Amino acid sequence: MTDAPALLEANGVVKRFGALLANDVAEFAVHAGEVVALVGENGAGKSTLCKILYGYYRPDAGEFRVAGERLTITSPREARRHGIGMVFQNLSLIPALTVWENIALYVEDLPWLIGPAQLRRRMRRLADRLGLAVDPNLPVGRLAVGDRQKVEILKQLLAGAKLLILDEPTKVLAPQETEGLFRTIAELRDEGYGLIFVTHKLREVLACADRIAVMRQGRIVGTLRKSEADEATLLALMFGAASPVVAPPRSPPKAPGELALQLDRITTAPEIGAVALRDVSLTLRSGEILGVAGVSGNGQRELAEVVLGLRRQLRGGKRLWGEDAATWSVARVRESGIASIPDDALGLALIPGFTVRENLALGSGRRYRAGLDLDWRRVAADMESSRAQLHFPPLPLDAIAAVLSGGNQQRLVLTRELVHGPKLIVALYPTRGLDARSTQAVRTVFDEARAADAAVLLFSEDLDELFVVCDRLIVLREGRIAGTFSPESFNPETIGPWMVGAANAA
Amino acid sequence: MSTPFALAVLSSSVMSGTSLLYATLGELVGERAGIVNLGLEGVMLIGASIGIAVCSSTGDPYVGVAAASLAGMAAALLFGYIVIGRRANQLASGLTLLFFGFGVSALIGRPFVGAAITGLPRLGLPGLGAFDLLVWLGAPTAVLLWWLLFRTRWGLALRAVGEDPAAAFAAGRRPDVIQYQALAVAGLLGGIGGAHLALALALSWDEGMTAGRGFIAIALVIFARWNPLWAILGALVFGGAESLQLQLQARGAAVSPFLMNMIPYLLTLLVLVFWGFNRRFAAPAALGRNYFGVE
Amino acid sequence: MPHDSAIAGRWLPSLVVGRGVTRAFAIALIALAVFALLLLADGKDPLRAYRDTLVYVFGNTYGFSELLVRMTPLLMTSIAVALPSRLGLINVGGEGQLYMGAWLATAGALCFADLPAWQLLPLITALGFAGGGLWALVPGILRAAKIVNETISTLLLNYVAPLIVSFFIFGAWRSAESSAYPQSPAFVDAARLPSLDGTRIHLGLLFGLVCLALYGFALGRTRWGLEIRAIGGNAEASRRLGIPVQGYMIAVMVVAGGVAGMAGMAEVSAIQGRLVGELSPGYGYVGFLVSWLAGGNALSILLMAFLFAVVSSVGDILQITQGVPYAVVNVLMAVILFIVLGQRQIMRAG
Repeated sequence: MTDAPALLEANGVVKRFGALLANDVAEFAVHAGEVVALVGENGAGKSTLCKILYGYYRPDAGEFRVAGERLTITSPREARRHGIGMVFQNLSLIPALTVWENIALYVEDLPWLIGPAQLRRRMRRLADRLGLAVDPNLPVGRLAVGDRQKVEILKQLLAGAKLLILDEPTKVLAPQETEGLFRTIAELRDEGYGLIFVTHKLREVLACADRIAVMRQGRIVGTLRKSEADEATLLALMFGAASPVVAPPRSPPKAPGELALQLDRITTAPEIGAVALRDVSLTLRSGEILGVAGVSGNGQRELAEVVLGLRRQLRGGKRLWGEDAATWSVARVRESGIASIPDDALGLALIPGFTVRENLALGSGRRYRAGLDLDWRRVAADMESSRAQLHFPPLPLDAIAAVLSGGNQQRLVLTRELVHGPKLIVALYPTRGLDARSTQAVRTVFDEARAADAAVLLFSEDLDELFVVCDRLIVLREGRIAGTFSPESFNPETIGPWMVGAANAA
Repeated sequence: MSTPFALAVLSSSVMSGTSLLYATLGELVGERAGIVNLGLEGVMLIGASIGIAVCSSTGDPYVGVAAASLAGMAAALLFGYIVIGRRANQLASGLTLLFFGFGVSALIGRPFVGAAITGLPRLGLPGLGAFDLLVWLGAPTAVLLWWLLFRTRWGLALRAVGEDPAAAFAAGRRPDVIQYQALAVAGLLGGIGGAHLALALALSWDEGMTAGRGFIAIALVIFARWNPLWAILGALVFGGAESLQLQLQARGAAVSPFLMNMIPYLLTLLVLVFWGFNRRFAAPAALGRNYFGVE
Repeated sequence: MPHDSAIAGRWLPSLVVGRGVTRAFAIALIALAVFALLLLADGKDPLRAYRDTLVYVFGNTYGFSELLVRMTPLLMTSIAVALPSRLGLINVGGEGQLYMGAWLATAGALCFADLPAWQLLPLITALGFAGGGLWALVPGILRAAKIVNETISTLLLNYVAPLIVSFFIFGAWRSAESSAYPQSPAFVDAARLPSLDGTRIHLGLLFGLVCLALYGFALGRTRWGLEIRAIGGNAEASRRLGIPVQGYMIAVMVVAGGVAGMAGMAEVSAIQGRLVGELSPGYGYVGFLVSWLAGGNALSILLMAFLFAVVSSVGDILQITQGVPYAVVNVLMAVILFIVLGQRQIMRAG
């Protein structure tokens, strides 16, 4: 590293979203010819910090210097003018436009007449270095994801970026493409660019970075040089020391009940925007809570959808209570006693414009049928009785779902799904975004369901939660089951590496 | 099919296809920027009525065409204010423009029903026949638009807005300004389309004289896959269906004109189905959506 | 989509009625003001013109009856738009569905002319429904399978339907009577919808009112209505709740087309007495506007359809008595709609 002023320096960056403190970063700097990795779990604040640097968010506080000069960055366009470029996870390319057109849109100093020939000269040298060998006249939509990412990088560089921020770039890449990306990063660094590489995968970090900044809960908790860093140190910084978890009293372990769910080598077709499951097999018995751990985006949503009948598997078997359920419709799956608690209550489980009463009445099969209309009194009665069952006060029946708080929306979903005693509950990040009290209430609900011989498939990113609640744990990574664990192994040091693909995952 | 017959069909196809071509090109530019104008028929009618009115008053058909194009632009910009400035639903606003156009054109044209006007003069090119200026300029206009859309910064920005206004905004463009500009062009061309119908083909005014051509043009935009060059072919084909059946009738052939007139629409629908199956639908991705700014 | 799914859609939501009635009054006032300006510009006395007109329209039984006649097809074509809109679909094909309903009903009337009225009328009513319904079936399937957007497909088919009608009345169904325009032979009396003595109000009005009542009832008070509104509110959540979204899309399009088809049947059976080439002066498109202005609410549709009928009647009368061209009505409706559209800043395009 040189003694020249840093390409970018950020000090005292604070950002809040409502009550949530997303960033509280004392200092952060990147120099020319350096790759700084920004690591941490989901929700640690890495993306937020980058978006602030790129002008996408305005921070509540913070001082920024670019090449020694003090600046305020108010928009992405301004950030680009100062030489800062960012490659988002979901790239900002327009699929219908060609490669050269997407680039031309960002290059500021083109004449009025444009054509592929003009950009070719500028593109060629950089494209060769990046290993991008596609026809510039191809629409971006036809390129493989790895190539699209290269176009995005090329675009930012040609728009004048000297500092490039890469937000979880390997998330969308296949393993072979990842190698190509690392080469690109090394090339760029050698040419004198500065790079910020955001990731939660430790193997990548150790392969690419010159310096590593670890973030947790919005703060940078440690900065290491490559020579000082190894997996153990990084994991300790990322996950924190394992504190003794005070668990609420749990119902005693039960003898395994009947087989509720059987998945046998489930494989789903690859699809843009979805993770393909590969050879997923699991069993779930009544009276058991099976946790699925993993960073979100590794196939959790797809797995839940297969269980619920929302996604058809390409290969593999699915049995519910012994019956072959591979071709069951969603309605039939629900009617057989399966409840679904998705992660986005308002987006996936509720009708925003409907009242609480109307939302409760949906999706319950025959329960509320009364001739042509619905048995609204029974709906109201169920809401009343939910008070005792679910430990929180009933919601006003005429409130519109869209104006309820996030916590109340989730409670509405829980009420509806749990009120008629389902036999299998599929819960996808059910406590995400909830306050402590609601979270505790939800966990108690699952525990009681288990005591009542229901089976629960619980997807969560919160290891503490999984350790407290579950009887068994599987880790999902890149569409496969990376490991199965019983309660003796319930601690972050054992499970964490499996979640992030660390080399020492034993 | 004998040569004189073929030539007659071709010649009248070109004549009747020209107004379609201009209207289609105009709608195409608007749709490439993400705005669908169901009221194109209304714009054409306004163009036609203003064309007749001004031509009859001044005696000069070219002035009539110029006035028609300006009137069309004004109507389109009014529509633009409603859908861009007030963020109203595009389909409902378009149908409203349709009614508006019907009414306003009838009012403008009323004093000129039955008036004798001098139509657009025909200019002959050796070996190619004699057509009016707008016909000669039709294909070149399409080429010009192609070039504007695909070879200039303005065109690139316009297409970006039609695909993904948020991405265009992130790249530093202003979607609403660009959409207004696109609609100005659309209205200009739509007005010319109506003017050609009145001042070159019919040489008179009649209420509702466009007879659905505005909607045919909307279908033509889809048929042409939003590409101005294909629009030339499309206008010929659709204009040809009409003239073919007229020529056939004149020769006593027994093909139902109605069945022939159905072909363009059914053809378009079939093509859409085919593309839908193959998921290669080429519509601008943000067509019909209102853009609400950075969220 | 242009309709507000937050409206609970119950039978008599006081809030919505209030909004609809207020809006109708506002529209009527704007209409009167614009007409007055035009009359003044033309050198006429608006107050006197209004007095004459309104006396004729409201004070005269025949004048009032014509209002109801004009309103009848609008009731049905607006339901053809409103029902799919609650699902989030945009059906602009009311015009074509109307023509196909008329066509199939004519086929029945001509083929089964020997049947007694109590058999023939229900038959051609059913055929009218079937004609329109089948015409909307293809767009419905294409949309449910995500192949073609229903706005485009219904729009294209709007052009094919009148051509099919023309084909038949110029060909196989051409009436032997000489006439300026080709048309089908006149329907037998048994195929004519009965009218109220002395007026042209026909049974079709009852069909329209019944359909409107069923529409309001079904959407507000049945479980199918709840599921339809759920899909309109959040199709993805509805899918996850096990609601058969695609099935509903197809079924709703067919029913919507069928209702428009019944409007077509009523036109040929009651008003025209035969199949003619120019059946509809844009009833399908006006239906779209009525439904859109009414927010898909049954009672508001009734009000708006009535209002459109009034505006159209007033335009006709002004044309006859004051020499104001009928085209002014179109301009007027357009201006009103532009104003309303300009207010709705929070409406998103479908």
